[in-house]
Amino acid sequence: MSLLGKLTWSAVPFDQPIVMGASAGMVLGIGFVLSWITLKGYWPYLWRAWITSVDHKRIGVMYCVLGLLMLLRGFSDAIMMRAQQAVAAGGAQGYLPPEHFDQIFSAHGTIMIFFVAMPLVIGLMNFAVPLQLGIRDMAFPTLNSVALWLTASGILLTNMSLVIGEFAKTGWVAYPPLSELQFSPGVGVDYYLWSLQIAGIGTLMTGINFVTTILKTRAPGMGYMRMPVFCWTALASNLMIVAVFPILTATFAMLLLDRYLGFHFFSVDAGGNAMMYVNLFWTWGHPEVYILVLPAFGIYSEVSATFSGKPLFGYRSMVAATMVICVLSMMVWLHHFFTMGASASVNAIFGIASMIIAVPTGVKVFNWLFTMYGGRIRFEVPVLWTIGFMVTFVLGGLTGVLLAIPPVDWQVHNSVFLIAHFHHVIIPGVVFGAFAGCIYWFPKAFGFTLDERWGRRAFWCWFIGFHVAFMPLYAVGLMGMTRRLQHYDIASWQPWLQLAAVGVAIILAGITCHVIQLVVSIRNRQQLLALGDPWNGRTLEWSTTSPPPAWNFAILPHVTELDAFWEAKVRKQANPNQPVQAREYRAIEVPKNSPIGFINAFFAVVIGFALIWHIWWMAAFGLAGAFVTFLAFAFRNKDEGEIPADRIANFERRYQAEVVL
Amino acid sequence: MTDIRLDRAPGDRPVLTTFEESESSGTLIYTIGLVLAAVLTAMSFWVANTTVLWAPGIPLGLAVLAIAQMGVHLVFFLHITSGPDNTNNVLALAFGVLIVILVVAGSQWIMANLNENMMPGPELMNLQMQR
Amino acid sequence: MSIVAAVDGISPRDLPSASEAGPAPKRIVVAFGFWIFLLSDIVMFSALFAAYAVLVHATAGGPNGDALFNQTSAAIETACLLISSYACGLMTLSVGARNRPAIYLWAAVTFALGACFLGLELHEFAGMIARGATPQHSAFLSAFFTLIGCHGLHVTAGLIWLVVMMVQVAVLDLRASVERRLLCFALFWHALDIIWVWLFTVVYLMGVRP
Repeated sequence: MSLLGKLTWSAVPFDQPIVMGASAGMVLGIGFVLSWITLKGYWPYLWRAWITSVDHKRIGVMYCVLGLLMLLRGFSDAIMMRAQQAVAAGGAQGYLPPEHFDQIFSAHGTIMIFFVAMPLVIGLMNFAVPLQLGIRDMAFPTLNSVALWLTASGILLTNMSLVIGEFAKTGWVAYPPLSELQFSPGVGVDYYLWSLQIAGIGTLMTGINFVTTILKTRAPGMGYMRMPVFCWTALASNLMIVAVFPILTATFAMLLLDRYLGFHFFSVDAGGNAMMYVNLFWTWGHPEVYILVLPAFGIYSEVSATFSGKPLFGYRSMVAATMVICVLSMMVWLHHFFTMGASASVNAIFGIASMIIAVPTGVKVFNWLFTMYGGRIRFEVPVLWTIGFMVTFVLGGLTGVLLAIPPVDWQVHNSVFLIAHFHHVIIPGVVFGAFAGCIYWFPKAFGFTLDERWGRRAFWCWFIGFHVAFMPLYAVGLMGMTRRLQHYDIASWQPWLQLAAVGVAIILAGITCHVIQLVVSIRNRQQLLALGDPWNGRTLEWSTTSPPPAWNFAILPHVTELDAFWEAKVRKQANPNQPVQAREYRAIEVPKNSPIGFINAFFAVVIGFALIWHIWWMAAFGLAGAFVTFLAFAFRNKDEGEIPADRIANFERRYQAEVVL
Repeated sequence: MTDIRLDRAPGDRPVLTTFEESESSGTLIYTIGLVLAAVLTAMSFWVANTTVLWAPGIPLGLAVLAIAQMGVHLVFFLHITSGPDNTNNVLALAFGVLIVILVVAGSQWIMANLNENMMPGPELMNLQMQR
Repeated sequence: MSIVAAVDGISPRDLPSASEAGPAPKRIVVAFGFWIFLLSDIVMFSALFAAYAVLVHATAGGPNGDALFNQTSAAIETACLLISSYACGLMTLSVGARNRPAIYLWAAVTFALGACFLGLELHEFAGMIARGATPQHSAFLSAFFTLIGCHGLHVTAGLIWLVVMMVQVAVLDLRASVERRLLCFALFWHALDIIWVWLFTVVYLMGVRP
């Protein structure tokens, strides 16, 4: 047994120029950033204020940064796929050999779902939920930090597969028997499994954190029906995380046992049942998409109410619809494998359930429309994303109802019609929502708004580019094109795929506009300064400074109605001369920053890498290290620090003008 | 902050307001739980091994006894009650039970259905060819 | 009127319900968070349970539960875990009464019985493997070893946790954070016993017929 397990120099793909180019680019990019930070001397600040921070606002921003960076990687995969399919018609083989193409579509799906959508959504929830609930932080701030860094570990491991070894070639769902050792003897599937197991632990921690925070630590007076809708959607989403991520953990564990110890859960022999993997995977997989989309729906609710200057229409029905979706989404998963061979009665029941779940979603759409109707709509960029979402998502959802009919699904399952459908709901649903949320809350987080012109350009490029990229896929899917094709023989498909490639180029322009927007906004931040309430908001986060102090609220607000901040502004406008009450500030206990998240993540990467390459001593070392780190945390003497009252008083005095109340 | 009567941590004993609960009454609750659980366990073993019961009903009987014993653990060891101070804990538990039922029963139903529709094994194939 | 008011300035009468009472005390928050974690853990077990239920007849021509399971061993294991749970309850009472010698005593009893449980289980596994009934032999055996083994791993983690907690009681004394962690341990230990109830019922009792 070699000291380095299966790891040899042949793991680095020197013979694959595209992979080597991408790896070099990635390594150089990371190296450049790290060098720049070192040369500028930012490490002490970064370590103190960001890496070891347990502040939900900082953690939320870091999640969003991770998600946006990985969007670039996932999108590069998309460009490569579209480019390949645009040229590989008839006898042409394109520029990507099948083994590489297979890794690209697998990495694309894995990265987009687990390392773009989840971090963006979790990051926005992390930033906004405690502020909206009128509290100072999450229920478990240190756990929050650990969860963030575990997600980062998963991301690092997946990106390492580009340089050392390979990624899975099985698609992002990794069905056995293909994902079993017999048919995937390389390390690709192991990279996939360990990255996601590690990140999955982090996500589960996040779920526990949010459920506890929202149920047990709201501000005084904030009963359930006075909570902002975004917090309700965050609650539903995190209840689902707690409910279904353990299923994924168990399923991946079973596949890992098959691969590492020769068990027979999903093998082709000795009684294994590969269909059970599909069943269990989608028991997680369907709720997962609702985990992603519900917080986005919450963002749309906040944005439509704020920028219409009206309360959200039908608050109670919104809450009901959210919780109904939460429960129903766990009863429809078989629609992902209608064609696997269940009988008509079983298929029919899940098909009907899948159609029923469109009803509460429809309730939400109507509520957003009625919110905007009769309001004075300000067409800021978040509103553009919201309207773009409503138009696009409804059509995408309709194709979903189509697919929910088993006989229809039998025709188009695993064709690019399916690809078009799920992008048609996820992109307007989750991605547009994440963009809207980022732009909406950016001024709160950083104290200046994002440049509006480049924001509009980014939106239009995305909106037009999305349609140009995906509508052709419906057509060519109905013509019979299956998904994941490295090349194809039917020439009549090619024009459609070339059009789709043009669409991707337009989306690329949109992403470029976003990058430019960020650069321009940072450069012009003095002109774009935002005070506490740049959007004339309705919820409590806008009652703080931009950015809020570490303690969020010097005195926890006592909430007496829904849209508490808006009502207070209305009251203040009615009584402008009422003297401001003298406030007595007291010292605030705050949790101490902790390096445990980062150190734990380091050991997680060590463990993951070691297990992937069968370096058993390194895995044991990593486990021991993680355990010792945890013990050091458990035995630390002081869990909390204290912010003295006069520091709070000074801050409040200095920024009194910025805060409306 | 919250009055302790409004909300209770899962696993915490209910605090009586008129007098401090004595340690012996706490021990009594755990002891009753232990005895009940032991009785239910013994019954389970008996049910599994007896011939006097109708055989197809045995799994159901075992399940009922397991549910009862789970209830004993929840009430006597974990102090779960139906009081308003325990609402969150009970709701969370109910949610968990719902998910468990969906996963276990749903998977069993689906997998049984799928397996039923699988092609017969090699020994049953090509029956018309067998001489 | 300003929306902010000092929390203590509001009498409990004006906060009528738990949902409007503001942030709960740390003990409740921590215990509830752990409760949610336990429910997620039970969902993970349910996925393994579902796999076992589906694969219980997939013996690939090898031995099934009837041929392998020893009910006496299962009964002793059940008794060990149940009494261990009881001892954990008595330990919880001792923590409340701040009776340190009793805490260590009942913790030791909990540990010893838990270790007996593990020992018996490992002995059973070793016996099965020696007879050729390895988890690599059939899907049924894979599912059995994983389901029971996962529970055993949790018990092992619990025993390690218990030792660490006793060191914490000795070093940090019964400060609030240590008490909260002991409450969480008790929740964990009782939950493991509940899972074992289902395990021995479904796997050992339903798997072995007269």
